[in-house]
This record gives sequence, structure tokens and C-alpha cells, in this order.
Amino acid sequence: MGNYAIETVGLNFNFGNQTIVKDLSLQVPKGSIYGFLGPNGAGKTTTIKILLNLLKSPADQVFIFGKEINSNRIAILKRVGALVEQPAIYGHLTGKENLINRCILLGIKKIKADEMLALVGLTEAANKKASKYSLGMKQRLGIAQALISDPELLLLDEPTNGLDPNGIIEVRNLMIELATKHQKTILVSSHLLAEIERTATHVGIINKGQLLFQGTIDELHLLSKPMLEIELNNIESAGAFITKAGYDIIAQTDKKITIPFTSSQKSGELNTLLIQNGFTVSSLYQQKKDLENLFLDITKTH
Amino acid sequence: MRTLYISLVSEFYKSRKTLAFWAAILLPVIICGLITFGFYSGSEKILGFHYPPMVLWAQYSGAALGVMGLLIMPFYVIFMAFSVNNIEHKNDTWKMLFAQPLNKFSIYAAKYLYAVFLIFTCLFLFASLTFAFGHLLQVLVPKYNFDQYNPLNLLINAYTKLFLSSLGILSVQFILSLLWADFLKPMGIGFVGTIMGIITANVGWKYSYLIPYSLPTLALRIAKVKKGADPLDFPVFTQEIWTSLIYAAILFIIGYFIVTKKSIK
Repeated sequence: MGNYAIETVGLNFNFGNQTIVKDLSLQVPKGSIYGFLGPNGAGKTTTIKILLNLLKSPADQVFIFGKEINSNRIAILKRVGALVEQPAIYGHLTGKENLINRCILLGIKKIKADEMLALVGLTEAANKKASKYSLGMKQRLGIAQALISDPELLLLDEPTNGLDPNGIIEVRNLMIELATKHQKTILVSSHLLAEIERTATHVGIINKGQLLFQGTIDELHLLSKPMLEIELNNIESAGAFITKAGYDIIAQTDKKITIPFTSSQKSGELNTLLIQNGFTVSSLYQQKKDLENLFLDITKTH
Repeated sequence: MRTLYISLVSEFYKSRKTLAFWAAILLPVIICGLITFGFYSGSEKILGFHYPPMVLWAQYSGAALGVMGLLIMPFYVIFMAFSVNNIEHKNDTWKMLFAQPLNKFSIYAAKYLYAVFLIFTCLFLFASLTFAFGHLLQVLVPKYNFDQYNPLNLLINAYTKLFLSSLGILSVQFILSLLWADFLKPMGIGFVGTIMGIITANVGWKYSYLIPYSLPTLALRIAKVKKGADPLDFPVFTQEIWTSLIYAAILFIIGYFIVTKKSIK
């Protein structure tokens, strides 16, 4: 447990009769950028709100830095910065005043407000009313608010929402810098895999409240390695034959067998071998899933 | 205690540019200013009545107290309760507030106390300005006899009563505004309540003191009706005031449980 910044153990959460989060066991290692992926309505924001104790979780299911959240709320929140959904900004105050208000609440020096404005590139708009900010500027101000207490753990709910390509790249670089140079742990949610792929070290994929995949980004990539799918008759004995010939079978249905793809030549050799041994190969093709499709597959089939 | 203080400072910081905050200052300045102007421009007529100094003060301060106590006060309280909570509803900042490492009671209590503080400030200014402008009138119209009676007791007692009797309304409205983000629901209920309160208080219904909205009217009416050796020396802690305080205390506690159970969806 000591190595995880966030750990949930079989977390369940309902709104009335509606199950939002089901048996969720997140494990976010310290120092990682954890991409929390899922389509809209998958339960990402609810999970983040549970991690902030905005929604009350059942006892002994949520641990932040190894501490149970309900009984250590204040101690945990001191170490956490968050951006949930739309950034929470007072429209009638300027960007700087919003940050100063946060400094007051957190008991930190007001000079921090200027530092944060510079960090997210809002120095010039510091004295402009926040209601006049563009969506991207609001998002940046939200990130500045999350960072102002210098928290060890950052929970960012779709932080690049509404940002232009430049802004997206800036946020991405900022996250990488925070994790590598300042050893922060970042949980960042998104419904775009491409977004997560570029920054995350770990990935959790959630759909309909259930965690469908969790692991390092490399493990996710492994899942998307090219495969060779072979459709042929007499599939059971073919399976045994292929295994005997030294191939690993990844999947076998009543129509086709999937093995890792290595090269075209190897595929040809296997084809010849199968035909020579009396199997009828109706099709043999390379299947390459990019992560986007993989993500769609993972989330669709469940 | 420190978190309560921090939250209070933050409430002030957030609201200092809003109408709610400035209303606490502008309302007494405008109303007292208008009344004073009336007493200044109509001085000939008023002097004609040859009021004794005590009655002159009673007439003068009663003008502000009457307008304020009867009608403006309940609505002002409704508006304060609304705006202190609305600042979070409007900006969708409840989630941010409750994700701070501050205990929820402090956040809630600070909001409540800040609304109380605004009402106190407003009434304190009313009392002070009535006193100051009365003496200003004396300077401007030397024929007045404002300087021959010390109205401090009257003003302190009357405004203390008004302040304490409004806390019941504040607590009801505070909970309504906490629950509902829109203006119409708390305002509508408050409006109906106020009208009902004024009517029941004026027809002298036996149990009207049980309706928080009638308490300011009741509190001030008794101040006017009681005649004794000194008609302006009346007790502060009467039945309405105790009712108001009991309402305030109970509803304040209920409000806290609403806050802790409040799901931030």
C-alpha cells in the first residue's frame, strides 16, 4: 500500500438506485502520471469527487497516501490539488483575486498568486475579470488554482478541455515536468486516448463504472501489438497443432485463431505448414489495432 | 477557530465587490440621507409642531426604523442570505470550497456569520447615521432641539431589537438559499412569509410570534405601543427576541447537517 498515492479497494458508489462506480480498484503509483480514461459518463468525474471526499465513499475503500479518506479528510486534502469539471472560478473577481482567495483559504503567501499566473501564462490577464476569460484561460486558471498549494497529488479532470493546440501542448509539458522534476503524482482523466498516450506512465480504462484495464502504458501497447488471425477449419486440432509448432495462441474462437504477428515471412511459413498438414486455411491476415481502436474495443464490449 | 477566521476573511474578500456587500453600506446611507433631507427641507413645517426633543428624536429615528423594520429589513435579510450562498451556486464553486483542507463546519459557520455580520453592519450604520445626521440637522437648522435629548439608548435598544429579531428570518432563508440555487424559490417563500408575518403581527394574532417573519414587526410595534414613564426606554429581550434567537440556533444546527449531507454532484 505504501507505494500507491491512490488506492481504492473494491469501491462501489451509487446515486440512489443507479450504480455509478462498481468494484473499482484503482492503484496509482507515487510519481506516476496516471491516465484515467473512459468515455463520457463512465464515472471518471464521480471517482475524482470521491477521491476528494466531495462524495462520501463507504469506509475502508479509498486510501490516499495509504490513509483512509473519510477519517483523514483534512490531512489528505492538504496534500491534494484538484481541477474538477469546469474550473471553479468566481466570475466577478479577477484571475489574480481568484488565486489570492485560494491563498487565503490555504493560509499561504499571496505572492504565490503571481508565480502561478506566470506559470500558466496568465500574467497579462491577471487583472481582468475571470468572467471575461476564454474557456482556455479559465481552464488554465483552474490548473493554477490546483497547483498553488504545491500539492503532492494532482487530480485533473479533463484539463485540456477547451484549450487550443498550443495550450494542450503546454499543459502536457507542464504535467510531464511536474511528475519528472517535482516528483508529483498526477491523475489525469480524459476521454481521448491520444491525449493520455503522450503523457501518461500508467493507464486505467473505465467504462460504466468498471475498470476494464489497468497497467503501465507499455502494457497497454503490448495489447495492441499486431496479431495474425487465421481462419481455418477443424479449429481444435489446428490449435493443438499450432501450439505444438511453437507458437503462442493469444485467442481462439470457433472460427479463428490469433497468434502474435512477427513477420510476413513467418506468416507465410505457418500458412504452408498448416496446408501441408491438411488444414484448409480460408484466410490469414495481419490485424493491427491502434490504441484508439483498442480503447474503443475495450469500452464497447463491456 | 483558525479555519473559521480564514473562511470569514475569504468570505469578505469574495464579496467585497458585490452588491450584497455594498447594500449593507448604501442602504443606510441612502435611507438616512433621504430622511435627513426631508427634515432639512421641511424644517419649517416640522418646527411648527413644536415637538419636545424626545418626541422629535422619536419622529426622526422612527422614520428610518419604520421603513426599515416593516418592509425593507425582511427583504434585506432574504437578499443577504441569498447572496452569501449564491456566490457559490452561481460560480459552481461549492465543490472547490469543500475540496479545501478546511472543516465543513467552519466553511458553513463562516458563511452564516458573514451574513449576520452584513446585517449587523447595515443596522449599526443605520443607528450611527441617524445619530450623526440628527446632530448635523441641528447644526444646519439651529431652531431644532435635537441637542436637548440623548437618543443613544433609544437607538441602541431599537436597532438591537431589530437585529436580534431578524436572525430567525435569516436562518430560515439561509437554509432555503443553501438548498436552492435559484433566486425565485427562496425569494418567493420569503415574500409570502413576510407578507404573512406583517399581517399576522398587525392583526395581533396570538401565535404570530411563532412566525419568524413577523418578529421584526412585532419587536418594533411593542416599542411604539408601550407607554410608561419614558416611552422610549423599553426592554430589549422580549418574547419575540427569544423566539427569534431560538429559531436561529435550531435552524443553524439543522443547516449544518444539510451541508454535511450535501452531495456535490
